[in-house]
Amino acid sequence: MRAGRAEALETALGLHTLRSRWARLGKWVLYGLLVMVFAGPLLALLVSSFTRVTDPTSLTLWPSEPTLDNFRAAFERDVLLYLGNSFIVVGGGLLLQIAVSISAAYALARKKFPGLRLVFLLILSTMMLPEEVLAIPLSLVLSDLNLVGSLFGMIIPVGAWAFSVLVMAEFMKEIPMELEEAARLDGAGDLRIFWSVVLPLCRPALGVIGIFGFTMIWDQYLLPLLVATDAQQFTLPLALRTLRSDEEVGIGVLLASALLAMLPSVIAFIAMQRQFMRGLTSGAVKG
Amino acid sequence: MTRTTPWLFLAPALVLFAAFKFTPMWRAIEMSFHEVRPYLGDRWVGWANYQQVATDEDFLAAIGQTIVLALGQTAGSIIIGLALALLLEGSARQLWIVRTAVFLPTVAAMAVVAEVWRILYYPAPDGTMNTILGWLGAGPSQFLNGEDSSLLSVMAVGIWRGAPYDMMIFLAGLAGVDRTLYEASAADGAGIFRRIWHVTLPSLRPVFAILFTLAAIRGLRVFTEVFLLTNGGPNGSTEVLMTLIYKLGLERGELGVAAAGSMILLLATVLLTLAVQFSRARGQKR
Repeated sequence: MRAGRAEALETALGLHTLRSRWARLGKWVLYGLLVMVFAGPLLALLVSSFTRVTDPTSLTLWPSEPTLDNFRAAFERDVLLYLGNSFIVVGGGLLLQIAVSISAAYALARKKFPGLRLVFLLILSTMMLPEEVLAIPLSLVLSDLNLVGSLFGMIIPVGAWAFSVLVMAEFMKEIPMELEEAARLDGAGDLRIFWSVVLPLCRPALGVIGIFGFTMIWDQYLLPLLVATDAQQFTLPLALRTLRSDEEVGIGVLLASALLAMLPSVIAFIAMQRQFMRGLTSGAVKG
Repeated sequence: MTRTTPWLFLAPALVLFAAFKFTPMWRAIEMSFHEVRPYLGDRWVGWANYQQVATDEDFLAAIGQTIVLALGQTAGSIIIGLALALLLEGSARQLWIVRTAVFLPTVAAMAVVAEVWRILYYPAPDGTMNTILGWLGAGPSQFLNGEDSSLLSVMAVGIWRGAPYDMMIFLAGLAGVDRTLYEASAADGAGIFRRIWHVTLPSLRPVFAILFTLAAIRGLRVFTEVFLLTNGGPNGSTEVLMTLIYKLGLERGELGVAAAGSMILLLATVLLTLAVQFSRARGQKR
């Protein structure tokens, strides 16, 4: 008991102070169970998509007869085209979103001008505006702008994303004004200051909005659904539903495609986990 | 610096927000008071669209199911998320790996999650979930295919994907709890349960407020998971406001009624958010 007491109580439950062998075994069994419940289904998707699947009713966690057949069959069903579309949309959308957000954040965080508070409030208010609510009128706006039936229709609207503007603005406010003034004395204009003084210091925040924007755009469903008029424009998440309902395709193709649709956001998350967590908490605090 | 400089930096954002947020918003308000007739011109109908939403049986059923689903998912995600956070709190590397694995459902695209769960829920007796239910001495269930079980099945997927998210927010809150309070309560001889009840949970109050706010904004607008898991079926048992609005607006062309439904959804969201913020502000004052 003495050892347990000496160890700092650094968690609410204090599970790390468990000393008895059975208690620790129980703890790890519990952890294993939690991983199975939450990651198990996705792991099963990974394993099953490399397995020759005969049974459409269940996934497997135990690899047997590993095969690439599912992927080969999927590629014959244009899955590479859908994957390419997804990457075009996420690449273009993310670039636009970041460019628009950092530029707006610079004005909102570093300048004082009449109307500042109103603009800030307007942008902030769109965070309370669920995009689903706007779906129907948005589809009309998209068709007025001739964006229906084109990947641009999935790219341009995601440029308006209040979360990124907010995160960037909060971050830019922290950068000391003296740096900017020094550069101004050297004769640098606003564009120069923005590009070579402020932005380089914003790298951590850029990571946050980058990883958040990526997973958000990759997860987009309703917008592509409104925009795509033809399978040629399907993103991969959108295509899954048609692949599922195609009787000839078989479940193997669906599994392989679903895996391809899952991996990019999961890999991006694991690679940039720290930035993701920072965004998660800051975004949540801002509501 | 000239007076126009800030506006030049703001211009791209203003254009995009105007085009894709505020114009649709305005069009929605406008359409909700009109019978939208392509090529013929819209006809002013006053509150008729709203009246239809408020009296239509399908709409009322969808509103009820949306509320049940939102409440269930919010409560389930918060309770399970809190349990996960308490169990997985700590700085050990193994715990970090477990947390990452548990968080994966939240980052996987909803479309993928839906396809995986459609397979897990396969309603045959030897389907995955029915097998697991069998071990627990329950089932078999029709899951998404049964009128009684479909809404609960959709809710379970939402909790499965939402709880890890809440867990991460709780973990951020737990990191801010004053450690000396734990030491003090241990010195007072308080057990685990009293420590959690008297120290941990009160410290997490702001986190609960954040999660309720997020739930208010997100809960009512549920669309993608329902659209992909059941599309409202069987027999309307999982129809929520957004799937109904989608069908009315884009499949049956009743844009005015769909817009009125959207406005009600928006109003409910805003009221709920303000209510949460208000009670939060009052709670802080006390």
